[in-house]
Parts: sequence; C-alpha cells; structure tokens
Amino acid sequence: MDLNTVEAVIRPGMRSELPAWRPGDAWLGGGTWLFSEPQPALHRLVDLAGLGWAPLTVTEAGLTIAATCTIAELNRFTPPAAWTAAGLIGPCCRALLGSFKIWNLATVGGNLCLALPAGPMIALTAALDGTCTLWTPEGDERPLSVLDFVRGPQETALRPGEILRSITLPTAALTRRAASRRISLTPGGRSGAFVIGTRDADGTFALTITAAVRRPVRIAFPRMPDEGDLRAALDEAITDATLFDDIHGAPAWRRHMTGAFALAIRDELAREGVS
Amino acid sequence: MRLTVNGLTQEAAPRPGQCLRTALRDLGWFGVKKGCDAGDCGACTVHLDGAPVHSCLMPAFRAEGRSVTTIEGLSGPCTPGEGVPAECHPMQAAFLAAQGFQCGFCTPGMIMTAAALDGGQRQDLDTALKGNLCRCTGYRAIRDAVAGIAHVDTGAEGDPIGRNLPAPAAAEVVSGRARFTFDTAVEGLLHLKVLRSPHPHARIVSIDRTAALALPGVVAVFTHADVPHRRFSTGRHEDPHDDAADTLILDSIVRFAGQRVAAVVAESEAAAEAGCAALVVTYEIRPALIDPALALSPDAPLVHDGADRPGEDAPPLHTHPNLAAEVHGEVGDVAAGLAQAHHVYEGEFHSQRVQHVHLETHGCLGLIDADGRLSLRSSTQVPFLTRDALCALFDLPRERVRVACARVGGGFGGKQEMLTEDLVAFAVLRLGRPVKWEMTRQEQFIASTTRHPMRVRVRLGATRDGQLTAMALDVLSNTGAYGNHAGGVIHHGCNEVLSAYTCPNKRVDGYAVYTHTLPAGAFRGYGLSQTIFAMESALDELARMAGLDPYALRRRNAVRPGEPMISNSLEPHDVTFGSYGLDQCLSLVEAAMRDPGAAPPGSDWRVGTGMAMAMIDTIPPRGHFAEARLRLEADGRYTAQVGTAEFGNGTTTVHRQLAASALGTDPARVRVVGADTDGVGHDTGAYGSTGTVVGGQAVLNAAQALARAVLVAVAERMGADPSACRLAADRVETPAGPVPLAELGPIEAEGRADGSPRSVAFNVQAFRVAVHPRSGEVRILKSVHAADAGRVINPMQCRGQIEGGIAQALGAALSEEVIVDGAGQVVTQSLRGYPIPACAAVPETEVLFADTHDRIGPLGAKSMSEAPFNPVAAALANAIRDATGARLTATPFRPDRIFAPIMAAIGAA
Repeated sequence: MDLNTVEAVIRPGMRSELPAWRPGDAWLGGGTWLFSEPQPALHRLVDLAGLGWAPLTVTEAGLTIAATCTIAELNRFTPPAAWTAAGLIGPCCRALLGSFKIWNLATVGGNLCLALPAGPMIALTAALDGTCTLWTPEGDERPLSVLDFVRGPQETALRPGEILRSITLPTAALTRRAASRRISLTPGGRSGAFVIGTRDADGTFALTITAAVRRPVRIAFPRMPDEGDLRAALDEAITDATLFDDIHGAPAWRRHMTGAFALAIRDELAREGVS
Repeated sequence: MRLTVNGLTQEAAPRPGQCLRTALRDLGWFGVKKGCDAGDCGACTVHLDGAPVHSCLMPAFRAEGRSVTTIEGLSGPCTPGEGVPAECHPMQAAFLAAQGFQCGFCTPGMIMTAAALDGGQRQDLDTALKGNLCRCTGYRAIRDAVAGIAHVDTGAEGDPIGRNLPAPAAAEVVSGRARFTFDTAVEGLLHLKVLRSPHPHARIVSIDRTAALALPGVVAVFTHADVPHRRFSTGRHEDPHDDAADTLILDSIVRFAGQRVAAVVAESEAAAEAGCAALVVTYEIRPALIDPALALSPDAPLVHDGADRPGEDAPPLHTHPNLAAEVHGEVGDVAAGLAQAHHVYEGEFHSQRVQHVHLETHGCLGLIDADGRLSLRSSTQVPFLTRDALCALFDLPRERVRVACARVGGGFGGKQEMLTEDLVAFAVLRLGRPVKWEMTRQEQFIASTTRHPMRVRVRLGATRDGQLTAMALDVLSNTGAYGNHAGGVIHHGCNEVLSAYTCPNKRVDGYAVYTHTLPAGAFRGYGLSQTIFAMESALDELARMAGLDPYALRRRNAVRPGEPMISNSLEPHDVTFGSYGLDQCLSLVEAAMRDPGAAPPGSDWRVGTGMAMAMIDTIPPRGHFAEARLRLEADGRYTAQVGTAEFGNGTTTVHRQLAASALGTDPARVRVVGADTDGVGHDTGAYGSTGTVVGGQAVLNAAQALARAVLVAVAERMGADPSACRLAADRVETPAGPVPLAELGPIEAEGRADGSPRSVAFNVQAFRVAVHPRSGEVRILKSVHAADAGRVINPMQCRGQIEGGIAQALGAALSEEVIVDGAGQVVTQSLRGYPIPACAAVPETEVLFADTHDRIGPLGAKSMSEAPFNPVAAALANAIRDATGARLTATPFRPDRIFAPIMAAIGAA
C-alpha cells in the first residue's frame, strides 16, 4: 500500500553513504512487510538494495547469508553435499506465509528483523546456530546470536541506527542431521508451532522451538532424552509466559503440538541412530 | 523516472512511499487491482522483468528502468485505455474456456500468476496459488483453467437455455479491460477519508479541525455538526421501514470502535489521511456493552439511549431498549410435543461473526453531472434503493439523483447497504466537486458489516422411530451497534429452517440485540446459515438416538408437496411448491457418497461421513420488484436494460440467455446493460438470490413482449398473420420471405416482475472427512452437493455459484472469524489475520442437479446463490462427529479449538 507519510527515499550505494539515522527512518529490504501495513510513524526509507551485498557466501567457516538475500535466492541455493542440515532450507522457505511471488521480494534479514514468532528464517538460523552481524552507526560491527537477536514478538536487539548486515551459519551446524515439524491453522497458513531438531555427530540433540513461543527457545540434550526427560525439559522451557497467543493459534494448542512435534522429531532422529 | 509498461515507455514521478500498484493505476493501467493492498490476495500481481510480484508491496521507485507487464499487456504491447486485444495470451484463453472467474476482480492477478508458473508449479496449484485469493469461484474453475480444461459451449445454434454459454463480459474480464467501480480517471477528483472512533462507546465532546484545515491539500472537514440531522438505516430494503432508522451520516455519539467520527476531503488520499491524523477529538468515554448475552439485563449500557435524542420520536417500543428486533411464534404445543417424545435432544450452538471479503472494497465516486444532477458510481447491489435513500436524506427528487454501477467486484450481501454513498453524496453536494471514497481493507474489517453472530438453542423431540414431535428454537442474534438487517435476518433465520420440516409443534423465540460492536448486516444466507448449522446438527444427533441414518431421518420428516409449509405461525404466505427436488437431492448425494473419495493422509486419522440439508424461499418476502426494457435496435441487434447489478452472480449471462431464447436469436446479439437508475424505473436490487427469478423474470417478460411487438410490426408490414411469422437470429421469417431485423428496429418493450408468488429451492451437502486425532486438523476426502435449482439456465455457471457458496461456507466453518476483543476492538484487521480459503483449502465438490421444472420461476428456473452456503457447516460438523464422536457446537472448527474435544471424545470412546 502507499505509505503516505514517507517523504524521502535514500538510496545509498555503499556504507559510507548511509545517512545518520533519525526517528521515522526505516531500512528498506524487500518491502514486503513495510508496504503491507499502515506505517504512520515513518518519514524516510533507506533502501538497502543499492549496497550490493552478495546474497550467499560459502566459506570453510560456513554459510553467510546477506540480510538482503531474498527467500527465492536462498531457496535456490545448492549446498555442499556434506551440509545435511541445509535440507531445512526448503521447508523453512515453504513455511513462509507468503507465496513464491513474495519470495521474489522478501529478504532473509527482513524476516529476522520483523521478529514474528512464526518467522521461518528465524527458525532456520536459530536452529543452525546462526550469528548475526550488525552494522553499528559508529561504523563498527557487532556479532549477536540469532537467539539473542530476536527478543520477542516484533522486538529485536537492534539499537537505533543499527543494520542487520548478515547471518552466518557455522559449518558444524550445517553438517548435523536435522528434522522439522510444523503446523498451521489453515493449509499453507502462518505457523502455529514449528519445531526443528538437530543431532550432532557426538550425539548432542537440540530442539529449536519457534512460532509457539514469543521468541525462539533452544533446548539441548547431551544425548537422546527419553519421553519423560523431554517433556520435563519442554515444561521447564515453555511456560505460560513464553507461549505465544494470537489469532494464529491458541496457546494450549501450540504447547500441545510443540510437545507432539518434539517427540516425533526425537523418534525420527533416534531411529536413524548415531552416525 | 522512466519505466516500460506493456511495451510502452512511460514517465512517472512516484511519491517516495508510493507502491507500484497505485503508480501503475495513475498511469492508466486499471487492470491492476487493489484487493487487500497488503500482499495477501494477489489481485495486483504484475510481472516485473518477467517475474510475478505483488505490485502493492513493491516500492514504485524500484521500477525505474525496468519492464512491467500488466494484465492488459500480457498478450502483447498496448497503450492504456485500448480495447480488448484481438489475440489473447494462452492463459487468458484458458480462463475464457473454463470461465475461471465470477466477479472477475481477482482475475487479472490470478491470470498474471498462472501465466508465470512452470510445469511443476502447475501440478501443485495449492502451493503455487497460495498468494491469490478468489472469493467467488471456490477455485475449481480456476484449477480447470490452468489445466486447460474447457467448459464453454461454443455452438451458436439452438435454444440457449440450459447451455454453458460464457459470461458476456468474459473477454473484458480476462484481458483486464472490465471496468470496476474505481477503474476510471476523473478530472479534479477529491478524496475522502474518515477518522474512526477508537472507543466502542463515547460522546464526542469536541472536534478541533483547525490543524487539519491548515494542511496543504485539505479542502474540507465534516463533522456531526455539519450533516443533516436525519436518521436512516444503512441496510436497504424495498420497504425502508424494514430497518430501524438509527444512523446519522455523522453522529455525536459513537457506538462502536471504528464508527465514523469525521470526514476529511482533500486533493489527494495522502492529504486526506494527514487531515484525519491532524484532527483533535475529545471524547467522553461511556461504558460499553460488548457481550450480547448481557444486552437485555436491566443494568446494561444502552446502545441507543433516548436521552441522546432529545426532541426526536422515540424508537419503536421494545421490552428493552437494547432489543433491536424479535420474533416469537408457536404452532401446536411444543411442551406437549416434547413430553410425548421418545427421544429429546437439546443443544446450544454458536455461529461466529464472519466478513464477506468481496475483493473489491466498498466505495463510490460521486460528482455533479453535466445536467447538474448528483451522480454516483458505486460498488453496490442496490443502486435504486440507494438512490431513493439519498433522495430522502437530502430532500432531492428522484430525477436529480443517479446511481449506477460499473462491474462490481463481489458482494455476498455486504453491498445491500449504503455504507459510503451518504457521505460522498454529502461531500459532493457541499463542495460541488467530484469526490471518491474507496474503503481500505482494514476499514472493511473494522467498520463495514458482517454476518450476525448467533447463539441458537435447539430443542427437538421425536417418536421412537424418528418422527418429529417438537421443534423449538431460541435465538440470540447480535446486530451490533446499528439495526440494519436485524429484523430481516432474525425473521428469515427462523423461517425456512423450520418450514423445511413437517412437525405439529414448533416454536421460535428470537432476539436481535444491540451491542457496542461493529454492525452486522446482510450476509449470504441471511440468518439461515446460523440456524441451519444448529438445526441440522441437532437432527443428526436425533437420528443417532433413533437409530436412523441421516438421510432416512430427513426423508421421514422433511416437508413434501401437499403439506403446508409452516415455520412458527399459521399466517398465510405466498410460498408454494413451484417444484420439489429435495427427494432427488437426498438420493443423488446418498448415492454419490458411496464412492469413498480420497484416502486419509495417515492411518491414524479418523474418518467419518456427515450430511445436512437446507431449504430456502426463492425470493425475499413482501415484494421484490424488477423492471426490464428490451429494444430491437436499428442495427438489428437487441439491448436489454435491467436494474440488476452484475457482481459475479452471473445474472447478465442468464438475462442474455433468457432474452435470446424468447427472441429466437443468438445470445451474442443481445447486449445486457444493468444497474443504472437511468436505465429502468425501479429495481429492488440484487439480493435475496433474485437475479434469475425476479430480474430474469422481468427480462423474460420484456423479451416475450418485444417478440410479439416485432411479429406484429413485421406482419403489418408484410400483410401477413403474425402467427405465420417466426423470429430468427437476425431476421423474421414470413410467408412472403425473410425480413432483416435491421429493417424493423427500433422497437421497444417492457417487462416487470413483482416477486410473488414464491417457490422453494433445496440443497443437500455431504462430506467425508479425516480428522487428526491429536492436532485437530480436518481434511475433506469427499464432498458432494446436490441442488434443486429448477431448470438450470446455465449449468456451468450455476455449478460455479454452488462451488463458490460451498467454499465461502467452508471458510466460515473452518477458519474465518472476525474477532472482537473484550474491549470491543476488532482484532482481525487484515486477510493475514482473517484467512479466507485459498486454493489449498477448498476440495473439489461433486455438484449434482435435481431434475425439476419450477412453475413459478422463469422458464422453470429457481434461485441458487445464497442457498449452497447454508448446509455446509452442519454437514461438516456431522462428519467430524461421525469420525470422532465429538459434537462440535461452535464454528469455526479451527484445529486449536477442536483438538481438545476431539481428543476427549476419542479417549472416551
């Protein structure tokens, strides 16, 4: 929709051209959220598209995803064969409420910065030990884990003027085995519960819970837990205060489905045995 | 900036925050539609350098130097305003052949998306089309179009009745040339925006407009102090007294969060928005009544307090001021009927608030025309009644006001209201300049109308073998802050649900109450969907108690020809069995359901089957009028002028077929022009499923009169006996040889219909479902619907109406709810929060027709627009009950609300 209070667009071509941040500014990534709701407090858009960030960079250390990498670009990524956990990319892209047309515009960084509990890029990068690189207004970089970056529904750790530059997924995480389960109230709808499980070569089992909770919850077990231990850990980590309640699912159902998914993922990853 | 659109290089100067959708429309590309304006519906889809994008989400400045293709240019380069191209794109041709549209508002985006799909995506439309919403079709026709399946009857010979002829506007719709309400550029246009109340109940103490008026571009601010102090109802009926006159254009009392507070008119939408933001309003907040169950308690806050209307006539006397309407009646003795019953079932059912979600939002565009008249181009189902209401409101004679529709982008009852025209007319009359007000999608949710939420208590008694001995309904309907349709809906909702069954003892107690929530209004089914959900669910339980299958219970108790149709009184009425196809519908569905349908998704899913039926009077009561004028033009072609609006209901198609049949001509030679108060004298409107049975009857009468007139004229001229002459496509055959029609025109004839007597139509729906025993997910494995529509004028189109009704009802049964919180605020303000069915949510339904011929409707036809909606929720609930043992009593059956009762029922079994 038209954002009629916006009076200016800045289109920097490099970092040094970024304007000094002021209230009423917004960083423009894909625009798929900014332009989807009235934004009466916005007066200026700073377009990140001209900064020319390479969408995906593979190194020995892992995968670096530029904040401006679109969902479509990520979905097309062909990972090295050893990156078994990269199999999560497809399901996480498909978990986006928006269609493939939105994938052409929406960005990975935008999904993180929006910080919706159902944000599937949050689920993906949190489950794979993602670290955000933030550009500070002073010209520095600040690293922050995805788990710390997303603090609650539509709340991030970004300070005024900070920009999410990229997210790096370490090779160690990408080479884990992984499984996921997701449910929404309607077919293809916004996630009501989304659980990702990973298993390390050393047997470590980790669950990353999103959508059902206000911010990503990570539970790690040194080895496969039995059902009782798993349920106890879930009960401890997911309290009434951490459960998310909105029109996309009642809290009791989100908790119930999260528990069911955690068990199913444990069974799936246990069944395959330790590699 | 410079960009290329449809091969044409264009200069544009987009505003910094402007999206590509409005920039393209500013350049004259009106095929790019606004459905949600938020990236959910896909109606604005264009290709940007070949890739499909939602242009409402695309910053316009990013299109600089790029190439955009809109629906207009899909088949090749063109310029704005150019007519239908000679050649169309293969996907446009496929949508034509399958008639993959109804109102056509989503169609440009749907086709632009479909045209961009690769082979793999076409195989998985559930995923590929998740960003394209259609409210009319139920997606089957769209899936067929993408798959290249054709349905259109291309033959030109023979009687057009009963054939699958395409919609007259089909080529315009698929090429993006069909002009909807706002698809026009008007010189000097002003824009109107409304400031809405944040409080559910308050008195406006003051409105300071100084800052707003000082803003550049702001032309005027209107408040309650400016408008005529004359009350009306937004609900429109043939008799304006059907609805309480309780609404002012702008009121000093706000009765729901979202009510109009003030209007700002400005040179641009942006300036009007800024003007609204600059208004300073002081409210005196009052206690609000949100829960309808508390409305009639002695200490409830009053929604319409007589103390707020000093000097005015008191509103109609009710037992409680919050009672908007009521219905009471009893035949026989229900208490005795229950006492003698062997099986008694009592249950309480809840139907939630749902929104129409026609993709074209409410709105209109008004101006003073060349003759000095007030002229409105509006998105309405009732142009004539709106004209009359404006005349009453502003003391204008009918000839000084014109209301006309362009193509209307869906209605579903929502546009049987005057929601924008009063304010736009006021602004036009005050300012003398053209004014446009196009509601946002958010306004649709917080401040238009919805279905009436209802609590329905049912009591049923039956003999040991399942013969009904008593039926009683106790209904509480929440009409919200205003009484538009409160009475009509409670009466209709308590009528056919009972008259569909023969039972000696029946009773109704119905109450429609005011609350401080957004107003409910007319909605497809008009009260019946809520009561039928309750009744048909209760009858399912009764059948189980009596050990009868649900079809047998209906056969034993449903009303049959020869029996009186009685709801809750013995007052005479004009409803009669013009035909009867319920028996066929039951048998057709029962037989078709023997096929198991799709397999359940997993071995642990529970599978069950359920059905429900519905009866509906074919026409609303107490008169529904239509006039038609048919003219043989000087060129030998025909023009039919009708009052009815085309909003995807397909009446234009039917009217053309009826006229062509009576005139013995090719339907392509008949042009239908509708929905213009200048066109005919009067038309009650396109509601109550009357497009075929009333509007069509008028057309048929006019066409038959014209046929006689033409034959008389030709006979006189040729010295022949009229009975020896015969109309053919483009000529009249006479004993003395053929006479071309072009030599006979112009000749004109009129026809009328008054909507009485009325007949009944029937619908039977059955589902087989799989229910996940822990998640509460429901999958439909098989869906069958039989309809008794009389003689079906256009089976392809009637099938589409039924499929669309089922799809909309599935949304209401499974996912949709306008949620109003305890503070009276609407929580669901976008399509993202209010999930209407996407392609993936709508299974294919096998649609079957009873073979009947109505002696009342035109050429044997009956209505079939609202009715298919009505049995769906109960059929689904009954199937879930069969699968799991859980009797669900409140829609929607969202997984998060039903998983617990389902697990409990399965655990208990």
